[in-house]
Amino acid sequence: MIHLDHISRIFTVGTQEVRALDDISLDIGAGEYVSIMGPSGSGKSTLLNLLGLLDRPTHGIYKLQNEPVSSLDEEQQARIRREQIGFVFQFFHLIPRLTAFENVELPLSLNGVIKEERAQRVRSILDSLGILDRASHRPDQLSGGQRQRVAIARALVVQPAMLLADEPTGNLDRRSGREVIDILEDQNRKGLALIVVTHDPDLGKRARRRIRLEDGQIVQDIRNDQTLPLEQ
Amino acid sequence: MSIFDIVQYTIHTLARRKIRSILTLVAMAIGTLAVILLTSLGEGARIYVNQEFQSLGSNLVIVMPGRSETTGAAPPLLGETPRDLTLRDALSLKKHRSVKSVAPVCFGAAPISFNNLEREVSILGTTAEMYDIRQLALAKGQFLPSVDPELSQAVCVLGSGIAKELFVGKPALGSWIRIRDQRFRVLGILDSKGRSLGLDLHETVLIPVASSLSLFNTESLFRILVQARSESECENVKAFIKRQIKIRHEGEEDITVITQDGVLAAFNKIIRALTLGVGFIATISLAVAGLLIMNVLLISVSERKTEIGLLKAIGAPERQIISLFIVEGVTLSLLGCGVGIVSGCSLVAILGAIFPQFPFKIVFWAIIGALLLSFFSGYLFSYLPAKKASKLDTIIALSKR
Repeated sequence: MIHLDHISRIFTVGTQEVRALDDISLDIGAGEYVSIMGPSGSGKSTLLNLLGLLDRPTHGIYKLQNEPVSSLDEEQQARIRREQIGFVFQFFHLIPRLTAFENVELPLSLNGVIKEERAQRVRSILDSLGILDRASHRPDQLSGGQRQRVAIARALVVQPAMLLADEPTGNLDRRSGREVIDILEDQNRKGLALIVVTHDPDLGKRARRRIRLEDGQIVQDIRNDQTLPLEQ
Repeated sequence: MSIFDIVQYTIHTLARRKIRSILTLVAMAIGTLAVILLTSLGEGARIYVNQEFQSLGSNLVIVMPGRSETTGAAPPLLGETPRDLTLRDALSLKKHRSVKSVAPVCFGAAPISFNNLEREVSILGTTAEMYDIRQLALAKGQFLPSVDPELSQAVCVLGSGIAKELFVGKPALGSWIRIRDQRFRVLGILDSKGRSLGLDLHETVLIPVASSLSLFNTESLFRILVQARSESECENVKAFIKRQIKIRHEGEEDITVITQDGVLAAFNKIIRALTLGVGFIATISLAVAGLLIMNVLLISVSERKTEIGLLKAIGAPERQIISLFIVEGVTLSLLGCGVGIVSGCSLVAILGAIFPQFPFKIVFWAIIGALLLSFFSGYLFSYLPAKKASKLDTIIALSKR
């Protein structure tokens, strides 16, 4: 599903070039469960942003479902984001003045789904995540775990092909974090590709495939406790 | 995102920061109100002047002594009256078939007295024809008699104000008053409505023109009012008057002839221009309100960076972000304009009720103009913030909590 071919992302800080990603090649199949780990500044967030089409590579080709996407224009990339990619953030990023229902409804509005269908889809996703009774609450009336569940509902409501999670439990207590992970893994079992960036080794270990980044390069790629050969 | 969804989203946003939205709205409303109020004042002034001209009498041609033109003569001669406009000049104008009537006017001030009350008033010497030309009305008695205009008669007609002050309730008709050292018998009293442009007949005493000429010891008339038989004949009459007076004044065209329509047209033009000018100045306040909208939106953009970043992450393209902010700005400006139109129209209605003598008139094009302007001002001034929002770096916007 995801095919990265010699991807580099170079930032220019002052006169200095920083290689956030340095010639990475990577394939991720549909329905995989991948964790990306590594020390701060190793490039994991940059990788996630690239995968989510929030950033463009300096060099290399990114193919999504066999379509080269890194060269698409802004409008087309936005369309792929709203149809195929779901984001889950550490800080939830719910819109504070909108209710849980309205926050989840937003991506459907952007996709031009009609109101009746929106309502039905939002209800069903909120119900499946166990927060239907919180539908009319605003984010400040929700607990951290509930907020993250609303954010996950927002990511799932468009039925994306992959879910990109950046430290999804980083701002939650253990129990809520655990619940959130259960929900994400449950979705993964239903066929959704799940890519999690995390510092937490316990969370990282749960993934069937674990990628370790250091200095912008993949230094380890383990699938089902089998170390894969690194692509050149 | 359908326009309905965008508007709903915008209303959410505006409702969230009520005070700021309301203040912006008020600024736009004040601008609109200023436009409506000032243009309706201007239009009212124009109607007022028109009405005053109507009361001057219809199909009127006014002859004035002297002629304003630049000549090569020495400066002191400029604008002076070489020849008087005499009573005979006036009477000679009656000859033309397009002329319905002629009223010579002699004007001056003199003390009048009755018993031991005395005051200085305006004296208007004229003939019986003045009554129809100026569409005067009498409260009591009769007007100056139709006799030979060259005949001096010791009669007068009083303005209503003077009659009240001089006679204080006593019967005035038939009484003798003194103007300077001459005695005049009161024939009639004008109705108090007798007030029109340039001349307050309320405070004037009317006497036969020949009497006034001898009273002021002069040959010279102040004006000659000539009434044409119809509007289309005004220009004919004007040409005839010029010709006639030129012959009588040894070939010199030393008078100024104006038609009422000409003056009215000039007044209309001037006041229209003034209204337009004042209206334009008022539209500056709309532009200022537009700047305020831009300011509010810029603040809004920097406050909602995370939200914008999120919208982009969940797939809103840049043009969507732009339209969100433009709709926000346009909604603010149109709401403000709506409030301004409603309050402006109500204010004009209230003013109209307080000052019934002044014809306030709401100008339709000003409302349309204000609406269009506030729309464009809202649109234009939101474009920059909207563009700024759309170019926001998603990653940076989302990296902060």
